[in-house]
Amino acid sequence: MNKNPYVPFSSEILDVIKHTEKEYTFRMKFAGEVKPGQFFEVSIPKYGEAPISVSGIGKDYVDLTIRRVGRVTNEVFEHYKGQSLLLRGPYGNGFDLSLYQEGEVVVIAGGTGVSPVRGVIHGLCETKDPQDKYVIVGFRSPDDMLFRDDLKVWDEKLRLTLTVDGAPEGYEGNIGLVTKYIPDLPLKDPSTAKAVVVGPPPMMRFSVQGLLAKGFREENIWISQERKMCCGLGKCGHCRIGMRYVCLDGPVFTYVDSKDMID
Amino acid sequence: MGYSFSREGFDAVLKALARTYRIYAPVTFAGQGRFTDVDVVRYDFVTDASQIEFGKKSEYAFKELLTPLSETLFYFTEDEVKEADAQPGEVLVFLRSCDLHALKRLDQMYLGNGFAEDPFYKRIREKLQFVLIGCPASFENCFCTSMGTNRTEDGYLFSVEEQDGKILCEVPSNLKLKQLFMENGAWIEKALPSFVEENDVRVTIPATVPNSIYKAPLWDEYTARCIGCGRCNFVCPTCTCYTMQDIYYTDNGRVGERRRVAASCMVDGYTNVAGGGEYRRTKGERMRFKVLHKIYDFRRRFAYDMCVGCGRCDDACPEYISFSNIINKVDQFVKEEKADE
Ligand SMILES: Cc1cc2nc3c(=O)[nH]c(=O)nc-3n(C[C@H](O)[C@H](O)[C@H](O)COP(=O)(O)OP(=O)(O)OC[C@H]3O[C@@H](n4cnc5c(N)ncnc54)[C@H](O)[C@@H]3O)c2cc1C
Ligand code: SF4
Ligand code: SF4
Ligand code: FES
Repeated sequence: MNKNPYVPFSSEILDVIKHTEKEYTFRMKFAGEVKPGQFFEVSIPKYGEAPISVSGIGKDYVDLTIRRVGRVTNEVFEHYKGQSLLLRGPYGNGFDLSLYQEGEVVVIAGGTGVSPVRGVIHGLCETKDPQDKYVIVGFRSPDDMLFRDDLKVWDEKLRLTLTVDGAPEGYEGNIGLVTKYIPDLPLKDPSTAKAVVVGPPPMMRFSVQGLLAKGFREENIWISQERKMCCGLGKCGHCRIGMRYVCLDGPVFTYVDSKDMID
Repeated sequence: MGYSFSREGFDAVLKALARTYRIYAPVTFAGQGRFTDVDVVRYDFVTDASQIEFGKKSEYAFKELLTPLSETLFYFTEDEVKEADAQPGEVLVFLRSCDLHALKRLDQMYLGNGFAEDPFYKRIREKLQFVLIGCPASFENCFCTSMGTNRTEDGYLFSVEEQDGKILCEVPSNLKLKQLFMENGAWIEKALPSFVEENDVRVTIPATVPNSIYKAPLWDEYTARCIGCGRCNFVCPTCTCYTMQDIYYTDNGRVGERRRVAASCMVDGYTNVAGGGEYRRTKGERMRFKVLHKIYDFRRRFAYDMCVGCGRCDDACPEYISFSNIINKVDQFVKEEKADE
């Protein structure tokens, strides 16, 4: 391969889906191979690059769900359907969906952490025994909810617990952190069940603790890490933790590996 | 096969080589050191043998040729992305044994980590040839013998060493060079480069390091002493990190460029993400991150140590922090942990 991997390609914005004031999904034209949990570098000349997880995969598109927080992401929000963005990728290992077909599976996701596991959850809906598949999704408040249409489908097809950290008075849904719902998961056998946890670092830490306390084995827990990244290619060094590079060896790691990864 | 030259003879060789190569070598810059009136030895392009500093260790490494402090990758115009041009021509780099070992580490990261080679690195790397400068004696702070980088058997065109006013060169393999060397010097039986066999500074590298090192009190000292200036990284021949930087030239933002600039894991901001997230806030944690990479984490990935023991980090630190001391403290800690088991 002698193509320069730093050179991005142009991808048309097929659609823009607004979830909240600050979070939109950009549906980008893309026909190559890609897995949930992988990411692209969105590359805007003169502004910079930002790693963004794949939140949805179609035959000729990928979804990127982006939260506007700074220089690059603000500029992304200045782009509209019909225009193009420059991308490079996909990068990272992504989730191996074949691992989550059989038996009991729990997915716990918080906030934008839902993006990388959205494809995993779609996969769970299509398994033979969706009633053995549990999903706990948490958002900061009812206004911060992403993928509302998906949430309805997931609620019908598998066992969804939707919760918010806090809500105005009169809110009828669950209120509480995702960790609150782990002890009560009605699992037949936690020692063989698998779990995927993605969200802010403290949320992942406490969720993993909850799962271990419930009897999950370390090798049956997967998490996805986020670190500062300047290349996605294993060169810039920023994403390194110990002997591993989050951009190459991750972002998805088993808990066995990740408990050894101390920043 | 060896050759001996007068200074004039060697200069003639260099001038002839300069027709094929640009020559990059350590040079003494008078009065440009860290303090005024102090000299600094840095790499630069030379055209004359008398410019080359054979007697001192360079304070900065040759890596700046391969991984410049700031390197433009792309130029952006209104609607075009253009790759920056490469410097033309082959380069002959004069360096010492430790630095030739450091080259292997740079190659490892830029060409051998992950699925893609770095094309900006590769296009410079492909044009480099090397001249090995012999080391008759260890310099201050060097611990190459402990790191196994004191000797070099191959990877260079010829060696060079100053001895009693003569310049001695050994050509390991037969080359066109022989002809050129014959014309300007005298054939001698042996002109093998010297290698250091002993340093004043010695380190012991622990085979494995337990996770208890992360909480070891030995790092606290560096939270107090280190000022996070990053000099130890910028002078290190094996440090490779960079940060991507986009800029636009004018307020309307129509034209600009994407560069990469050298980064340091000791400097504020290295891990910062949007929304205020930051890892390793204390200098002690950053020191631990750097030291373990150099003597353990890199080896866990690539099966040999990253640090080549050149001692430049010690030479450069404004707070007189000694990296080799820290290695030995880590080793001590590991031994004590093992004894407690
Ligand atoms: C593997 C991975 C997947 C991600 N997936 C998503 C996603 O699906 N949706 C989403 O909204 N965000 C995601 N992020 C976070 C997103 O990359 C940052 O919010 C974004 O880089 C911020 O860039 P900015 O220029 O807008 O912000 P600024 O604060 O202006 O950032 C300046 C620079 O800092 C760096 N940077 C800042 N924050 C981060 C960060 N969190 N991670 C890596 N580099 C950072 C970038 O180099 C960026 O160019 C992901 C990050 C990683 C590492
Ligand atoms: S860590 Fe220090 S001694 Fe080791 S290679 Fe780098 S500058 Fe030289
Ligand atoms: S050179 Fe010294 S003070 Fe500067 S970052 Fe390195 S160890 Fe700290
Ligand atoms: S993002 Fe550059 S090394 Fe991982």
